[in-house]
Amino acid sequence: MKRNDIVDVLIIGSGAAGAAVAWSLTETKMRILCLEQGDWMKNSEFPSTGRDWEARRFADFDISPNRRRRDTDYPINDDASVMKIANFNGVGGGTVFYTAHWPRLHPSDFKVKSLDGVADDWPIDYWTLEKFFEENDRMMGVSGLEGDPGVPPRHPPMPPIPLGKTGTAYGKAMNKLGWHWWPSDVTVATTEYEGRAACVNIGHCTPGCAHGAKASTDITYWPLAIRAGVELRPRCRVREITTNEHGMASGAIYYDPDGKECFQPAEMVIVACNGVGTPRLLLNSKSGKFPNGLANSSDQVGRNLMLHPWPQVRGYVEEFVDGDRGPMTSIWSKQFYETDPNRDFARGYTLQFARGTGPVNEALQSVSVDQVPWGQGHHAAYRERLYHRLQVGIACDDLPEAHNRVTLDPERKDSHGIPGAKIDYTIGENTRRMMEHGIARATDILQAAGAKHLYTSRTILNSPGHMLGTARMGTDPDRSVVNPWGRCHDVKNLFIVDGSVWVTGGGVNPTSTIQAVALYIADQIKQRLATLFD
Amino acid sequence: MRNDPEPPLSPAEERDLRRVAAMMVPASTEYDVPGADDPTIFADIVKSLGRDLGDVRRALGALRESVGGAFADADASRAEVAAAALRDAGGAPRAAIERAILQCYYRDDRVLRSLNIEPRPPFPKGHVLEQGDWSLLDVVKKRPKMWRDAPR
Repeated sequence: MKRNDIVDVLIIGSGAAGAAVAWSLTETKMRILCLEQGDWMKNSEFPSTGRDWEARRFADFDISPNRRRRDTDYPINDDASVMKIANFNGVGGGTVFYTAHWPRLHPSDFKVKSLDGVADDWPIDYWTLEKFFEENDRMMGVSGLEGDPGVPPRHPPMPPIPLGKTGTAYGKAMNKLGWHWWPSDVTVATTEYEGRAACVNIGHCTPGCAHGAKASTDITYWPLAIRAGVELRPRCRVREITTNEHGMASGAIYYDPDGKECFQPAEMVIVACNGVGTPRLLLNSKSGKFPNGLANSSDQVGRNLMLHPWPQVRGYVEEFVDGDRGPMTSIWSKQFYETDPNRDFARGYTLQFARGTGPVNEALQSVSVDQVPWGQGHHAAYRERLYHRLQVGIACDDLPEAHNRVTLDPERKDSHGIPGAKIDYTIGENTRRMMEHGIARATDILQAAGAKHLYTSRTILNSPGHMLGTARMGTDPDRSVVNPWGRCHDVKNLFIVDGSVWVTGGGVNPTSTIQAVALYIADQIKQRLATLFD
Repeated sequence: MRNDPEPPLSPAEERDLRRVAAMMVPASTEYDVPGADDPTIFADIVKSLGRDLGDVRRALGALRESVGGAFADADASRAEVAAAALRDAGGAPRAAIERAILQCYYRDDRVLRSLNIEPRPPFPKGHVLEQGDWSLLDVVKKRPKMWRDAPR
C-alpha cells in the first residue's frame, strides 16, 4: 500500500462543512489535506446548458445516487424508508445540488427539551453560533432583506431576489389571511459578488448553476482555502479511518483516482461526509479496539437520523406566473414555526413557496397523478397548468428517534467494493400531525390565492436531501458521539463537523446552520490547539 | 455504481411504444402540435430511454400481456383498457414510460413554440424576472417579533 507523507489535518469530504472548516483552519498554517470521492464540477456541463436540461434531472444529475449511478456515488438502500435519500458527491458536495434556500435554525430549535419537553437540547445555542452565521453569510454570499419579524436579525450582503409574479400572488394570499411572509434568503447572487455573476434567471438552481450565481463551496470557500495552502484531492474515496495502539486516529486508507490503495497518515482527522456518509465511514472503520465501528461505544453512530418530511400542496391559478423562469425559491413564512400549545403537536414548520416548474416537469407531475390525461384532453389540461402553478412546501421539524438509523448494507457496494448504506426511517406521530396541519394551512393559502386543481404530496420522491443527527453532539458519552465542540468522545483527535452532529432537525433547510456549526467547531479547534487532544 | 447492461428495444417493442406515445399525447390540429409518435419526437424517445429502458420494457410487457399480443396491433378499445390498467398499476413501469415520452415531447421545437416558449437551453440567456409588488410587504414589516428566544 502506498504511504503518503503525514499531514496535520486530514479532512474527509469537501462539501458544505468540510470546505468551511478547511478555510477556517488555514490561519493555523497547519498542513491540511482534504480527500473528496467525487470530481470537480464544470459549469459548462451542468444541465441548463443543453436542451435536455430537464431530462438530465432524471439521469446523470438525478438527485438520488441510486439512479444517478456515477462511479463516484455509493449505493444507499432506502427500501425501508418512506423518504428517499438525495445527495451529491463531488467537490462542493450537496451545495452543488441544493436549492440555495438559506434559512437558519431558530434560537428555540436548540432548546426543545427546555422549552417544549421533547427530544434533547443542543449543548450549544443560537447566540454562540450567531457570529459564525454572519461570517458564513458573507463567505457564501446571501441575498435577502433585513427586518423579518419571523427570524432573529441577520444582515444579508445582497438585496433579495425579485418577488416576481409568483411571489406577488403568494403575498396577496398571505395578506388576505393575515399571515407572516417574507422574501426568502438565498445564496443566489443578485449583484456581482466576490467574482460571482448576478443571477440571470436561467431557471431551477438545484442541479448546479451554469452561470455561477448560486453559491456552492467549490466556488466560494475552496478557491480561498486552496490559495491559502490547503490541498484538495478529488476522486479519492476513503475506505476507513485507521487508529493506533493508543486508540487515536492515525489517518485513513483510501483509493486514489487510479484505484490504488493508499494510506494517508494524519495528526488529526475531521469527518465531513454528511448524515449518511459519515456514519457509513465510521461503521466501516471497525477494528479490534472499536468492534462496533469507530467512535461508537455509545451505539449512537447512525441512530437518530432526521430527514425532514416535506409535504407539498400545489394548485393552479388563472393568471400566468413565473414557472421555471427564475430561482426556484420565492418567499417563506414563519407563521407556524414556533410551538403553539393549542395545536396537537410540538414544534412547527416553515412554509416554503416555490416559484414553479418547467414544461417537462409540469407534464410529468401532472400526468403521473392523472390531473392531465392521456389522449384527448391532454393538451387543454396541460395548458391550464404550465406556468399557472403555485406550490407550497411544508418544511417540518424532525425530531430524533433511535430506530431511525443508518447501518451498513453488505450486499450493495460502491465501485471500490465498500459496503453502502442502509436506511431505516419512519415518520413519527408528532411529525405526522405537524404535516397534516401544514397541509391544511397550505391548502388555505392556495385557496386564498384562487388556485384550483389542488394536489397534495405527503412525501416527495428523493427530496429534500437533508440528512441529520447520526453522530449527535452532547455532553454524555453514553448518549452522544461528539462533545459540544465536535470532538468524538471515544477518539480525541477525531472530529465530526457535518449535519451528523445535529441534536434536533428544526424546520428549515440545514446548509446555513451546518456551515455555522462547522465554523464554530473550527474556531474551537483553533482556540484549543495547545490542549486539543487532552 | 454502473447501469446494468440492457439490450435495446426490439422492433416489435418499438412499435408498441410508438402506439403508447400516440395514445398518451395525440397530435392536435387545434393546438397545431404533432403527437408524441411523430417521427422526430419518437426517434428522440427511443434514443433517450437511458436509465428507464428496463422499466419501459416492463411496461410494454404488461401492455402486451393485457391485450394478448402485439399492443401496436390491438384494437382501440382493448388498447385503452390495457393502458388504463397500466396507469392503475402505477409504480416504476408507469413512471418510466411517461417520463420517456413526455421528456422528449416537451422539448420538441414545434411543441415549445406552440406554448410560446423559445426553444433553447436556459443558459446563457436566462429570463427576465420582474420585481413584483413589494408594497405588499409593508403590512408584514409592521408585525411585532414572532420568534421565540431561548435560554442561553
